[in-house]
Amino acid sequence: MAMTMNGEVTLPASKDVVWAALNDPEVLKACIPGCEQLNKDDDTHFSAVVKVKLGPVKASFKGKVELVDLDPPNGYRIQGEGEGGIAGFAKGGAKVALSDAGEGQTLLRYDVEAQVGGKLMQLGSRLIDSVSKKLADEFFANFAKAVSEG
Amino acid sequence: MSATGIGASVRRKEDHRFITGQGRYTDDINRPGQAHAYFLRSPHAHATINAIDITAAAAMPGVLGIFTGDDLTADKVGGLICGWMIHNKDGSPMRAGPHPALAQGKVRYVGDHVCVIVAETLAQARDASEAIVVDYGVLPAVVDTASAAGAKTVVHAEAPDNTVFNWHLGNKDETEAAFRAAKHVTKLDIVNNRLVPNPMEPRAAVGDYDDGDGIFTLYTTSQNPHVARLVLSAFIGIAPENKLRVVAPDVGGGFGSKIFIYAEETVCVWAAKKVGRPVKWNSDRTEAFLSDAHGRDHVTHAELATDADGRITGLRVKTTANLGAYLSTFSSSVPTYLYAPLLSGSYNIPAIYAEVDAVYTNTAPVDAYRGAGRPEATFVVERLIEVAARELGRDPAKFRMQNYIKSFPHQTPVIMMYDAGNYGASLKKALEIIDYKGIGKRKRDSARHGKMRGIGFSSYIEACGIAPSAAVGSLGAGVGLWESAEVRVNPVGTVEVLTGSHSHGQGHETTFAQLVSDKLGIPIENVSIIHGDTDKVQMGMGTYGSRSGAVGMSAIFKAVDKVIAKGKKVAAYVLEADEADIDFADGHFSVKGTDRKLDFGSCALQAYIAHKFNGQDLEPGLKEGAFYDPTNFTFPAGVHICEVEIDPQTGVTRIERWAAVDDFGNVINPMIVEGQVHGGIAQGVGQALLEGAKYNSDGQLVTASFMDYCMPRADDLPSFQVGMTVTECPSNPLGIKGCGEAGAIAAPPAVINAITDALGHEDIAMPATPQAVWRAVQKSITRMAAE
Repeated sequence: MAMTMNGEVTLPASKDVVWAALNDPEVLKACIPGCEQLNKDDDTHFSAVVKVKLGPVKASFKGKVELVDLDPPNGYRIQGEGEGGIAGFAKGGAKVALSDAGEGQTLLRYDVEAQVGGKLMQLGSRLIDSVSKKLADEFFANFAKAVSEG
Repeated sequence: MSATGIGASVRRKEDHRFITGQGRYTDDINRPGQAHAYFLRSPHAHATINAIDITAAAAMPGVLGIFTGDDLTADKVGGLICGWMIHNKDGSPMRAGPHPALAQGKVRYVGDHVCVIVAETLAQARDASEAIVVDYGVLPAVVDTASAAGAKTVVHAEAPDNTVFNWHLGNKDETEAAFRAAKHVTKLDIVNNRLVPNPMEPRAAVGDYDDGDGIFTLYTTSQNPHVARLVLSAFIGIAPENKLRVVAPDVGGGFGSKIFIYAEETVCVWAAKKVGRPVKWNSDRTEAFLSDAHGRDHVTHAELATDADGRITGLRVKTTANLGAYLSTFSSSVPTYLYAPLLSGSYNIPAIYAEVDAVYTNTAPVDAYRGAGRPEATFVVERLIEVAARELGRDPAKFRMQNYIKSFPHQTPVIMMYDAGNYGASLKKALEIIDYKGIGKRKRDSARHGKMRGIGFSSYIEACGIAPSAAVGSLGAGVGLWESAEVRVNPVGTVEVLTGSHSHGQGHETTFAQLVSDKLGIPIENVSIIHGDTDKVQMGMGTYGSRSGAVGMSAIFKAVDKVIAKGKKVAAYVLEADEADIDFADGHFSVKGTDRKLDFGSCALQAYIAHKFNGQDLEPGLKEGAFYDPTNFTFPAGVHICEVEIDPQTGVTRIERWAAVDDFGNVINPMIVEGQVHGGIAQGVGQALLEGAKYNSDGQLVTASFMDYCMPRADDLPSFQVGMTVTECPSNPLGIKGCGEAGAIAAPPAVINAITDALGHEDIAMPATPQAVWRAVQKSITRMAAE
């Protein structure tokens, strides 16, 4: 039973700027809530450590992130999986599509699907949707700020 | 009847220590130098284990040892067993996969045991578990009971279509003929929801190894410490029985879930020798949700045939039972011999045929839970009867009365020989208690207030004792189900009773003492009940299946009779009379026709000082033992009637009235029996209205805490009105039938029959939560509008 979520956000920057930011580990690290490490292994592979709190469960997820289906500057799919020790695991991905919104703005559409297991699911299943939504909102708020400042 | 004898509501002797916090549970036991175990559990429902890297974890502070399935194998520790062999329709044995205590290359459910970390503290063990790297190859999971057979995903290679067995009972041809000749056939599809037992005390274990004597000791939350020792010794191979002591101290509820021999207890006692330190494990609540054996989980299609006069002529049932990822200790017996033989209910049904397919899935093992098979059977029968009565336009009480078995003994088409009962008497009494005549007015009153009122019946029967041994052996049981007792009289006439039964909430320390004090005519304070320690008590079979009264107390009864017989011999010497002239009554041995007598305490003293007789003619001492094997199962039965009021705006169901009339045969302590009925009903109401264990399609347990798994609370329940009828059980000397599971068996169909009555015969699945009831109300409204 995968959790799915989708949405869109209009960003105050050109497609090229947004695309560059989407591929910049420093920007991503600053924008992903709870991201403590994001190291580039090569152009499309990263190692990440992300701290997530879901209801009563707080865990550090160590995992691999991969960029696939690259279509610069129109979008990609970012996918990954992480182990949170006794908190369980999470894996999933997001399809990200960029389009020109005029007036120097870019529309970013995202389509997320994720699978969660272990203690996270046992204790936090009813919170997953709302926490995911909150984390996505935080990410895009940070990201919008980053690209407008960048 | 004395104030403390048989039939008196004596206050429970054990409650002083329980309610003053002086109970001694497994977690209260701490051994010098004790270390702590933490089990790393699979977060995946189904995966291969490609590698386990413990290097970093092993070097962490406080870690004493990390062990995997390979370490158990290297020490020749065998897998966990299923102690009941079921044969397929074609006579071939069931197909069971191995059940390692720690995973061997594969995990099969969320919570499956990957490895164990033993460390100085629990926190250190848990921290170390985070540093263990397990390389899983995640596989698709099979979760759904109904579609598990033949699914692409295979849980065990030994059962390639995920079917453990396809088994049947009854007479197929006669049943088919009954259906061909039927005037009316009632059909129902039924799901018996999966439950988590949730005893108040989670499981726990302390393993200890004394290197000086080479003796293992396991303190654990067990309903049957001797059976645990037998299995750990003879099958798992921890140590020979004389080198393994199992102690089950105070145990805070079991409901069946503490019958079984689990991985954690096995590993703790083994690991104690491995690390040279006592090892404690204490389940947290989420671990209990994940790894205690669950209950129920049946999917059934059932049909009932009736003739033109409304007589039941046939019953056919096809059930799929989910046994989870591994076969737990008695799992295979639950949907077979504890289920189908009860499908005749309280009714005269000439032809019955039941087919049961048991499946493996990637979920926790499923085994006996309060009632074990009998609630599932009762739910099928009582839902069918109620729906049949409605379809035939018959009053459900009169329809039941017409079809009751009225003469005994009665041989059903499904093994059982009912020995005694009077179902009509229980029904009549229950109808009076609930004021059945007034239900029409009460329904109208509710309607005036915008509420929907309904009444539901459940006329259950159960088979308790789970014996005689030879009979259960012929059905596939790996053990005999007798019970043992030893009565040790001290030189001053006080008595210690050592029983193979185990009390984990049932009040044996009181009821067993009542029996002995009554029979020996001594004060109840002079009787102590000892149980739960294999070093003290001779081999016994433990407590489950409402058997401690009917079987356990019968063994005590037999041993006390032997004590009295020996006492008569002693008294004959002391009173200088012929043994045949000695009577025993009211605590005194006396010589017939004279006023010469000897009280029980003095007789005991004489038996021990042995001055009045020659030790060659009569052995000194006063201590007798007995093993008791019943002549039949016992058949408690009764009628529960539930009255509900539903708020159609919110879907909330309130139970307004509950009449419970049970025939448990003779009763030792009515207060304790009534308490058992109350507790059983509460659990049954939990199943009907609130509880349900849910796995998502990935096999993740999404109801793994009390936030998501709703337990019944006091305010969900009415004040129960409990009545009793008595037909003595002819199968044991006390005439007792057993009361521990009755409420949990009777309650679910009573609640669902009441809800469907209120809703206008709309079927509803358990648990009938407010959401489910509200949806059903909307369906009723739509249908009524259309009509």
